[in-house]
Amino acid sequence: MSQITKTTYQLPIGPIHPALKEPVMFKFEIDGEKIIAVDVELGHVHRAIEWTGMRRNPIQIIYLAERICGICSFVHPMAYCRAVENACNIQVPERADYLRVVHGELERIASHLLWAGVAAHEIGFDTVLFLTWEMREKVLDLIEYLTGNRVTKAILMIGGVRRDIKPENIPKIKETLEYFKENYKKLSHVFLDDKTFKMRSQGCGILTYEDALRLCAVGPTTRASGVKKDVRVDQPYAAYSDLDVDYMTPDKRTGEINGDVYDRIIVRLLEVKQSIELIERAVDQMPTGDIMSEPKIPKLLNYIKKTAGEGIGRDEAPRGEVIHYIKFDGVNEQPFTWKVRASTYANILPWIPMLKGQQIADISIVAASTDPCMSCTNRVTIIDKNKKYMLDKEQLHKLSVEKTRRLMR
Amino acid sequence: MVNMAGFSLEFLLLVVGTIGLALFGIFFGLIYKGIDRKLSAHMQGRIGPPIRQPFRDVVKLFTKENIVPDNAIAWVFNWAPIIGLVGTISILLYLPIGSINPIANTSGDLIIVLYLLMIPSLAMVIGGFASGSIYATVGAQREMATMIAYEFPFAIIIVTIAWILKTINIEATNVFSLSFIAANPLWGNLGILGFIGFIILLLVLVIVTPAELSKIPFDSPEAETEIAGGLLAEYSGRNLGIFYLTDAVKTVVMASIIVALFFPYNISGFFGLNNIPAIAVDFVFYLIKVLFVILFSVTLIRVAIARLKIDQIVGIYWLWITLLGLVGLICIMWDYQMMLRYEFYKPIFSILGLQ
Repeated sequence: MSQITKTTYQLPIGPIHPALKEPVMFKFEIDGEKIIAVDVELGHVHRAIEWTGMRRNPIQIIYLAERICGICSFVHPMAYCRAVENACNIQVPERADYLRVVHGELERIASHLLWAGVAAHEIGFDTVLFLTWEMREKVLDLIEYLTGNRVTKAILMIGGVRRDIKPENIPKIKETLEYFKENYKKLSHVFLDDKTFKMRSQGCGILTYEDALRLCAVGPTTRASGVKKDVRVDQPYAAYSDLDVDYMTPDKRTGEINGDVYDRIIVRLLEVKQSIELIERAVDQMPTGDIMSEPKIPKLLNYIKKTAGEGIGRDEAPRGEVIHYIKFDGVNEQPFTWKVRASTYANILPWIPMLKGQQIADISIVAASTDPCMSCTNRVTIIDKNKKYMLDKEQLHKLSVEKTRRLMR
Repeated sequence: MVNMAGFSLEFLLLVVGTIGLALFGIFFGLIYKGIDRKLSAHMQGRIGPPIRQPFRDVVKLFTKENIVPDNAIAWVFNWAPIIGLVGTISILLYLPIGSINPIANTSGDLIIVLYLLMIPSLAMVIGGFASGSIYATVGAQREMATMIAYEFPFAIIIVTIAWILKTINIEATNVFSLSFIAANPLWGNLGILGFIGFIILLLVLVIVTPAELSKIPFDSPEAETEIAGGLLAEYSGRNLGIFYLTDAVKTVVMASIIVALFFPYNISGFFGLNNIPAIAVDFVFYLIKVLFVILFSVTLIRVAIARLKIDQIVGIYWLWITLLGLVGLICIMWDYQMMLRYEFYKPIFSILGLQ
């Protein structure tokens, strides 16, 4: 009679599932409603962007980098441009640095509001989805007013930005910021005081401080667990060093850190407020001067072509740190190598401790709580003879060592 | 011969009435669904679909391909929606509509209704289990847990109403009959405590309704963003269309039960009408009452809160809503005792001079 019966069952979520906004595959081992084990599979939206980039010239890559992510369409080209500037020693004019801050923070507001809407939808609160997206529309209007585009802004250039904010544009910016200040209270009231929101988000998807450190989580995900990590403060770029940025951790509002979904909501809302203040300060303190170090594109391109060197661009995207690495050999116009590490890549492993022990109902909100962006993350898919296969740690390590040797030659 | 003729006439009436009620339930169910969607859209700052959209949805679903999964038990999978719809429509036979008395009339209507209400949910559970999808299985388990959770508070309401009716009208033998309940509205016979208790019971029934109809916040069996539609994950085409109709009819049924139990008043007497005009006026008034009940018990709740987890749903119903129901029951019992013992304690309507 000692026959062991299996009491758990497999529940696949993904690659295509209403809980996920982008394809990723979760394999769950479930007991009743409780999650026992989690496995995450990636590689469903590999688009060969790096490969394409290495066959383009540096200016063309800006627009390609913009399309890595539909939401972080400013931070990716920004990190890329900073990598190139770093490699080729290009000085960015001070005004351009301030403009970059303004655009970067506008993007953060748009992204966090988009996320907030999605999170509300995941727990079946569609009214809040429409409320936040109505507010997001105002940011997109402002972005369109300043850059000419709503999402893919095409505003960056190596060594500066392409469009200036003129004095006559400032009233409109102030007006939109005022609108946000007024509505911020309403938004934080809905997200932080609503009873059902609390029931669904408090104590759910906990990422401890130790796990956040150990698994190298980035962005709001790690800050919600109390890890003080923000590229804008740690290694200030653009004009952030003049603007007094601080780490946004949930204890600023509640006085305690739990690392649950609720804390991640708090962090993002605090960051929206912080971004509003940053834009205000940046607009006020903006110095006069050029917005591009070299307005003539062919000259710039020629200069980059002749320069050999490598550079790194680190940026704080709305989802966390994004790193672009680039290397030029000084002969070819195309970069010798271009490597992108999107922020979600670092936030995939934290999913596992977050999801373990939770219920099926928590999967969607916990998965959404790191604000995943799968198409940014997918870098490699190995296909051999029409068959997809996976590499284990040793194989991957061997390949990495080989590639580093090749790059060092 | 006379008996035979009487019998066949009665039978004919039953058949015609049933068909009429089915058409009525489907037609108005879809209209109410359209109104619900439009209103909730406006509440969420959207324009929303036109009110006739549910009709288009049904037509579209019925013309679509009906897919039966390979590992489903086909006959159960196909029969479950039909059983659900038939079960729901048969409840309509026991409900008074305006001043039209129910077609079927027994002394235990409410208890039959209580059981019949489980049929559509059970049909969905069986259909879900039969569809052989893991999502549907999870959804079916959740639906069963939800059913167990909300039946108890619902039963408390029914027992309370029948008990108070029986104590007020000692000689009555059919206190569970909906036509009797509708003919004897309770509000007028209750003192202040009973009045409060009755309002609490109404509140409990309003909170039970969204669970009965699988609407947010109690829609975890069908949770779209969690288990991709749950019970209905594998249903498509005609079968899904029938479930859609079941949902629409069930909305009317639940609203009609609330109307019959708590707001059975008619306005034809107020205008001094009788015969056909009276029936027509009462019918329109009934439709308006149903609309308001749907607005408060489905639409408003649906747009105002988030979806709850299954353990939270069960916890809320078994603890808070049941407690609330018991408080209502106790209030009404005290009210009756007070009325027996003290001369000054009178029904609230007689104090206000309404009766």
